[in-house]
Amino acid sequence: MTERRTWQELELGVELPAATSLGYKTGGWRVLRPIFNASECTHCMICVSYCPDMAIPIAKSEEGVAGKGGRLFKGVVRLATNLDYCKGCGICAHECPSKAISMVREEEAEQASCKL
Amino acid sequence: MPTLQEIALKTTGADARIVSGHRMCSGCGIGSIVKTVLAASDKPVVVVSATGCLEVVTTIYPFTAWNTPWMHLTFENAASVASGIEAAYKVLKRRGKIDEEVNILAVGGDGGTYDIGFQALSGALERRHKFMYLVYDNEGYMNTGNQRSGATPFGANTTTVPAGKVSFGKPQWRKNLVEIAAAHRISYVAQAAVNNTMDLYKKAQKGFSADGPAVLAVLQPCPSNWSFDSSLTIQYSKLAVETNFWPLYEIENGIVHINTKPSNRKPIEDFLKGQTRFRHLFRPGNEHVIVEMQKMIDDEWARLLKLEESGIQF
Repeated sequence: MTERRTWQELELGVELPAATSLGYKTGGWRVLRPIFNASECTHCMICVSYCPDMAIPIAKSEEGVAGKGGRLFKGVVRLATNLDYCKGCGICAHECPSKAISMVREEEAEQASCKL
Repeated sequence: MPTLQEIALKTTGADARIVSGHRMCSGCGIGSIVKTVLAASDKPVVVVSATGCLEVVTTIYPFTAWNTPWMHLTFENAASVASGIEAAYKVLKRRGKIDEEVNILAVGGDGGTYDIGFQALSGALERRHKFMYLVYDNEGYMNTGNQRSGATPFGANTTTVPAGKVSFGKPQWRKNLVEIAAAHRISYVAQAAVNNTMDLYKKAQKGFSADGPAVLAVLQPCPSNWSFDSSLTIQYSKLAVETNFWPLYEIENGIVHINTKPSNRKPIEDFLKGQTRFRHLFRPGNEHVIVEMQKMIDDEWARLLKLEESGIQF
C-alpha cells in the first residue's frame, strides 16, 4: 500500500511549454495559394483580423510602404502571407475590399516561382 | 475604442495569446473568434476549454497553440473548472501570494454549452463567479461529424436527425442560450458573430470587465459540416446576421440592446442556399419548412424589437 499524503504534498499537474504549435507547419495542407499584390493593398487589416491561422504577419512601419494607387501607407502594415501556416482557405481573398489577393493552385504557383 | 490595426497587433505574432500551427479545418472561424476575444483582455487571461473542436485542434500532443495558461478538462465541466480557478485565485490574492489581476475565460462549443456543460454553466452563473463564458456556436457536434445539438436550427439535416422521405431534418427550433443566461440576472450577456470583428471585440471587452459572470455566444459557420467552400465562412456569418437568423444584440444589466438592425432583411433562403445541411429544403414537398422557418425568424425578431423598445429589465 502506498504511503498516504496530504493534499499539500501532491505534485502539481504537468506543465508544458507554451506556443509549441509554431513548430508544426500547416502550410502543407494548402491546395490554393494566396498571391498578395502589395500595390493594391490599403492595409485595412480586414484580412489580418479574419485569418483563422494567424498567417498574415504585420509590422509597424514609420517610413511607410507603397500600396493602392501608389499611396504611402504608414503605421501598421500588412506583409506577405506566411506560407508556413496558411492553409489556403481563401477567406482573405474573398473578404479583401480592394481585391489585392488572388487564389492560385499550389502547383501553378510553384511552377511560376521556379521559372523566375 | 481601438482600431482594427491595434487589434491586429495584439492578435498576430509569436507573443499573441493563441498562435499559428493549430489544426483547425481550413476556413474555420474559431481561430478568428478566439484570437479576437483574447486580444480584448488588458489583463493576463487564464483559459479553460471544454472538449470540442477548439480543444482538440489546439492541443495535439506535444504541441499547444496556447500562449497563455490553459487547462484541459472534460466536456461537461468548463464552467465548474473556471469557478474553481476563480475561487482559488481569490484565496491566493487574499493571502497575498499573488497580486496580479487576471481574467478567466471558459470556452466551449455549442455541444459543450447548450447540452453537456449546461448544468455546470448555470451553476457557475448562479454562484456569480467572475469569469467570461465564450461559446462558439457551429450549431451541432461538428468535431464528431455533424450530430444534432440543442443549438442545431430547425430543418437542418444531421446524422442523428437525417432528412429523408418522412423527415425534413430537425423538427425543433434551437434553444435561446442568451436569454437563458440572462434569466440568471447576470450583468452581461451578448450574441456576436465572426464576421463583425469590432462588435465581437467590444462585447468581449464588456464581458471581461463585467461585474460577475458574463456569457458571449458567437456564431461560427462550419465549412466542414455545413458544407460550403472554405472561403465563405465570413460570408455565411454575414448572411446569418442580415437575414435576422442570428441577430447581434446584448443584454446589459437586463436591458436589451440590438447592435445591428439590417435595413433590408434578406429572405432566409439566402442563408440556406449552398449549405448541404439545408439542401433538402429546396426539394419539392419541403417548401412549408422554409415558410415556417421564415415566420419563426420574423416572430423572434419582432419579439426582440419589442423587448428593446419596452426598455423593461430582463
